[in-house]
Amino acid sequence: MHSLLLGSRWLLVLLGFLTTQAQAAAINTSSGWNMPTGVTGISQDIYSLHMIIFWICVAIALVVFGVMFWSLFVYRKSKGAKSAHFHENTTVEVIWTAIPLLILVAMAVPATGTLKQIYDSTEADMDILVTGYQWRWHYEYMEEDISFFSNLGTPQSQVLGEEDKGDFYLLEVDKPLVVPVGKKIRFLFTSNDVIHAWWVPDLAIKKDTVPGFINESWVVIDEPGTYRGQCAELCGQNHAFMPIEVKAVSQETYATWLEEQREMAAAEAQGSQREWALDELIERGEGVYTTYCAACHQEDGSGMPPAFPALRGNPLVTGEEGYSKHIETVLYGRSGTSMPAYSDTLSVADIAAVITYERNAWGNDSGDRVQPTEISELLSDD
Amino acid sequence: MSTSSYYVPATSKWPIIAVVFMGFLAVGGGVLMTSGTSGLAPLLIGFAGIFWVMYGWFSDVLKESQSGLYDAQMDRSFRQGMAWFIFSEVMFFAAFFGALFYIRTFALPWLDGEGAKGVTALLWPDFIASWPLMATPDPAVGGPEKVVNPWTLPLINTLLLVTSSITLTFAHHALKEQQRQKLTLWMLVTLVLGGIFLVIQGVEYVHAWTELGLTLQAGVYGATFFLLTGFHGLHVTIGLIILLIMLFRILKGHFTPDQHFAFEAAAWYWHFVDVVWIGLFLFVYVF
Amino acid sequence: MVPETLTDTAAGEAAAVHGDDHHQPRGILRWLLTTNHKEIGTLYMLLSLLMFFVGGTMALIVRAELFQPGMTFVVPEFFNQMTTMHGLIMVFGAIMPAFVGLANWLIPVQIGAPDMALPRLNNFSFWLLPVAFTILLSTLFMEGGGPNFGWTFYAPLSTTYAPPSTSFFILGMHLAGISSILGAINIIATILNLRTPKMRLMDMPLFVWTWLITAFLLIAVMPVLAGVITMMLLDINFGTSFFNAAGGGDPVLFQHLFWFFGHPEVYIMILPAFGIISAIVPTFARKRLFGYASMVYATASIALLSFVVWAHHMFTVGLPLTAQLFFMYSTMLIAVPTGVKVFNWIATLFRGSITFDLPMLFALAFIVQFTIGGLSGVMLAIAPADFQYHDTYFVVAHFHYVLVPGAVFAILAAAYYWLPKWTGVYPNVKLGQAHFWLSVIGVNLTFFPMHFSGLAGMPRRIPDYALQFADFNMLSSIGGFLFGISQLLFVAVVILCIRRKGEKAPPQAWEGAEGLEWQLPSPAPLHTFDTPPEFIPERDSPSRH
Ligand code: HEA
Ligand code: HEA
Ligand code: HEC
Ligand code: CUA
Ligand SMILES: [Cu+2]
Repeated sequence: MHSLLLGSRWLLVLLGFLTTQAQAAAINTSSGWNMPTGVTGISQDIYSLHMIIFWICVAIALVVFGVMFWSLFVYRKSKGAKSAHFHENTTVEVIWTAIPLLILVAMAVPATGTLKQIYDSTEADMDILVTGYQWRWHYEYMEEDISFFSNLGTPQSQVLGEEDKGDFYLLEVDKPLVVPVGKKIRFLFTSNDVIHAWWVPDLAIKKDTVPGFINESWVVIDEPGTYRGQCAELCGQNHAFMPIEVKAVSQETYATWLEEQREMAAAEAQGSQREWALDELIERGEGVYTTYCAACHQEDGSGMPPAFPALRGNPLVTGEEGYSKHIETVLYGRSGTSMPAYSDTLSVADIAAVITYERNAWGNDSGDRVQPTEISELLSDD
Repeated sequence: MSTSSYYVPATSKWPIIAVVFMGFLAVGGGVLMTSGTSGLAPLLIGFAGIFWVMYGWFSDVLKESQSGLYDAQMDRSFRQGMAWFIFSEVMFFAAFFGALFYIRTFALPWLDGEGAKGVTALLWPDFIASWPLMATPDPAVGGPEKVVNPWTLPLINTLLLVTSSITLTFAHHALKEQQRQKLTLWMLVTLVLGGIFLVIQGVEYVHAWTELGLTLQAGVYGATFFLLTGFHGLHVTIGLIILLIMLFRILKGHFTPDQHFAFEAAAWYWHFVDVVWIGLFLFVYVF
Repeated sequence: MVPETLTDTAAGEAAAVHGDDHHQPRGILRWLLTTNHKEIGTLYMLLSLLMFFVGGTMALIVRAELFQPGMTFVVPEFFNQMTTMHGLIMVFGAIMPAFVGLANWLIPVQIGAPDMALPRLNNFSFWLLPVAFTILLSTLFMEGGGPNFGWTFYAPLSTTYAPPSTSFFILGMHLAGISSILGAINIIATILNLRTPKMRLMDMPLFVWTWLITAFLLIAVMPVLAGVITMMLLDINFGTSFFNAAGGGDPVLFQHLFWFFGHPEVYIMILPAFGIISAIVPTFARKRLFGYASMVYATASIALLSFVVWAHHMFTVGLPLTAQLFFMYSTMLIAVPTGVKVFNWIATLFRGSITFDLPMLFALAFIVQFTIGGLSGVMLAIAPADFQYHDTYFVVAHFHYVLVPGAVFAILAAAYYWLPKWTGVYPNVKLGQAHFWLSVIGVNLTFFPMHFSGLAGMPRRIPDYALQFADFNMLSSIGGFLFGISQLLFVAVVILCIRRKGEKAPPQAWEGAEGLEWQLPSPAPLHTFDTPPEFIPERDSPSRH
């Protein structure tokens, strides 16, 4: 068991309770109630720093509370204690000013060393630009011409308790960030809208993504594995629902993955030019809808009026007249409301698909088919 | 002094009335900014009310002071109150100056690719930092076309305000030496100087807004320019109103050479406004 | 007790019988118009109690949602509004007015003044607050909802992306800010100017000292808050780009300005608490406060240091290395003067003659639990480690330890200590003890597990969380409700006292208590010290030598 328990004995009472956390702990290198040791040199340094300072604080607390409770016990009036008359003593005051100062210096030395290391992001092997969006992450491999969004993978039904929650509830994404082990990766952080923070405890990186500015951080991951994290800066209503999943793989696997991504990108580019069948659009659209739209308009299109309008049976979505307004809404959003613009976030195929899906799902049955080419044309017009 | 009894002012209806009108101001302002002109009425009521309260409250204080109710201790309380109030105003402006320095020494160079956060330039490849900031990182925001030349109107304004501080000091001396005529004269001069300052500031604003493209929306330069000069101008206006009231009280013969705290408070305030201007002239206009 | 002071007491009692103001308005008008420091003090404290329950109810909504994983009780948007309002109301509506109320009641009677220096301004300062909080709370009912961006309202979430009600939020905060500044000016003027002639600065009770320094902090930083929210208002309504990089601004500038205010603000919420503890511990240890002078210097050092540590809230925003180091070192330094205070209290206990009356229970619990919160603060100050702690429940645990079993317990201790002076009867001991023990258990059950959930990786300000945090959250929620409901006992105690149900208190309500207020009758008459009282500095007083 963890050494944390040796210090404060009453914590042992919690022991039985805490061990139930052990299997959940498999999610990362945290014991379930302490900071994860992590899988990088820096994360381990931070962990030891944390433990050293923690034990110093425990020691200080034991001494201070020890003297205090001892005094309370011994000098009770009910036991006939008479109060003494001293109220000053320069020597002790100097001592209890000097000792804490020395302790603090002792803490500051290793902290300074670690901090300097963290700030040295020079000589990286690769760069990844991480951009925060309300409420998803965008990753761009700067040397590879590959970029994609990474969304919450947990279905809405688990959140609403209609379905059992999976092991990685709220910590899973549709498309993880894949990186090679053993390489120095420099992350550049920025944001498209508000401030988010990209945090993966096992990598000991937490950096704010500030719109219009770029922050840096770096990592060398030693062990292959999946490392999970979350957005750590309040960024609006779905702040809790923009997790991070980093898959560290061997360098060979990484190379294969890159190849796959390039092929997929090529296929996607082709897809946006060809004619799509209705079923094909609906199938793809359903996936897009679940990831991007269901949080507000709900899985079954019922919305949450008055905040979020229903799309099921909505004249804009079913009728002829609404057709272009519908597309416009999805492309450019509605300013002044929380309805976002998707022209930059989704591919033209996705946009065509999701609109087609909405116009045919939940009994909307308009039979309309929106083609990716139609969307491209609209977008190139402006 | 040690055994004399304390003076405690009686209750007054003015504070609570002031609170009500402050409420009007806040609600009116809020409505005006969020849903439009229906907020105008409460806002104006608020302003009118505040003026009424100031008039009433100060008249009462005046009456009490005139009837000799206040002792030296009360006088010291007023003095300290005023001094700390001015300190709070200094901190208010300090926030704005702090913002200005931060933007100039950190934010803009970073956006341009210099210093600790220089990678930021990846996002704004064409941006070049300069002060005054004529071209913003995102050209869609747009900077001013030109900025105000410090050696024209602003220089004149500096001279005006500095002189007005001096003439106010002359007035104070005259007051202490009981030279009524001189006192009135110097007060008038001070008021006129302050008035001209405001007029010039107004001319400069119109010029900046309409001809130089220097507006609140003109990037962070326009924003800081109007923030600092605007709040300063507001303080000059308040200072002028106070000085005007002092002039009326002088004409009514309210002050004596050793009992004229209201006058001194007004003078402190005016000097404070003057000092802020020097800071503005240097860091907003010149450098 | 020396004879002279006894005569004074008798005179005071006479004043209580005959001295009531005859032209005092009655009913509600009396409270609207009052310029009496005791009445205004009472008003502040009642407002604070009300706000504590309002803010507490919001916390309980938060805790109810977090009882188990999944969105079970409210929607995320409303959850964010509750978190935000809870923080704002507790900070500006509960803690600060409570301390200002105590200052109003106690400073004049502790320094032998007849009232506050500027009584009408005092009335104005108080009544601004109900207006401010009405505006603030009304935003919850506006279109688009109330503030949902956290009590720290970081731009651009609070500007470009904020609900329309934000302008009202800003104007409400302006009113609260004006109230604080004017209140602080009044307190400084009172302390510097209205002390009874023989009382030198270094003779003042520590509560007065800590408030003098707190008032200075308030005057220095509330205007900065006013400045930064004004800039927000301009960004929202007038198209400026202070916090927008596209126009050359910087969202992080907002944070610098906010925390330049915000960090001193957290000490504003603790320094008066230090003063309270420094009054109560000597009384029930029956021994003079150890290290009076060093207490004063420590308080002043904490206040001065608090101006140069603000960026420890911003370790993850990407500060340059040198800034990071500077703010780490300066933050750590604050542990030294704070330690001095803790050690002085313990040295006061050492070789005392200690009883465990109600105020003492809360004061002792304060010392222990505040120290726990302070020590976790030192952990947070270690910048590299803060990369893992920041914006997790570890931070939430830290600041609730210093604020709830810290500041709130100190306020409760003060209430139990001075209630006999305010109402003339002792607080009910049985109820008080039940309140104490339930509070201690509840508060630790709520906030101790948050250290673990935070370290294990639970971010703050989330309405739903991963499964491994479930057990800790359940404990926290149970504790939160236990603590919250226990506070009803305190309300009962206060009502009993106001109704004069209980043991009558003599002027010197506590055996070991020192200070001018204990020479006044209990309850203290409305007007006290029409003439400056005789004062014998504690250091010349025979009673504790
Ligand atoms: C009453 C309020 C109060 C007080 C007194 C403190 C006291 C301290 N706080 Fe805290 N703090 C808050 C309220 C408070 N804080 C709040 C509200 C936040 C969160 C804001 C938000 O984001 O919403 C916060 C957040 C916060 C952070 C940012 C965390 C983050 O967001 O990542 C940090 C980091 O340095 C910090 C540090 C400290 C330190 C070092 C002290 C020190 O003053 C503590 C000093 C005391 C002791 C150390 C104990 C006694 C001393 C001894 C026994 C001597 C020996 C000790 C040693 C040698 C170590 N605090
Ligand atoms: C300043 C003082 C203060 C106080 C006293 C408290 C008191 C409490 N706080 Fe906190 N809290 C903050 C200041 C404070 N808080 C701040 C600044 C934040 C940060 C906000 C932010 O992130 O922006 C915060 C955030 C915060 C969070 C994190 C929310 C999040 O990140 O999403 C939580 C979660 O548990 C919490 C819980 C509590 C609880 C359970 C109490 C309990 O102590 C409350 C006790 C409850 C009561 C006293 C209510 C009693 C009510 C009844 C018994 C019902 C009767 C009802 C009526 C009569 C109407 N608080
Ligand atoms: C963060 C919440 C949110 C998300 C996510 C969201 N919407 Fe919306 N949507 C809204 C709101 C709010 C409105 C109402 C706007 C208004 O009042 O004008 C809206 C309106 C609409 C409308 C017009 C309905 C009408 O009656 O005017 C359509 C169509 C629509 N959304 C489609 C989508 C699609 C497609 C997606 C996903 C790709 C999506 N929305 C994602 C919040 C959201
Ligand atoms: Cu993104 Cu929180
Ligand atoms: Cu702080």
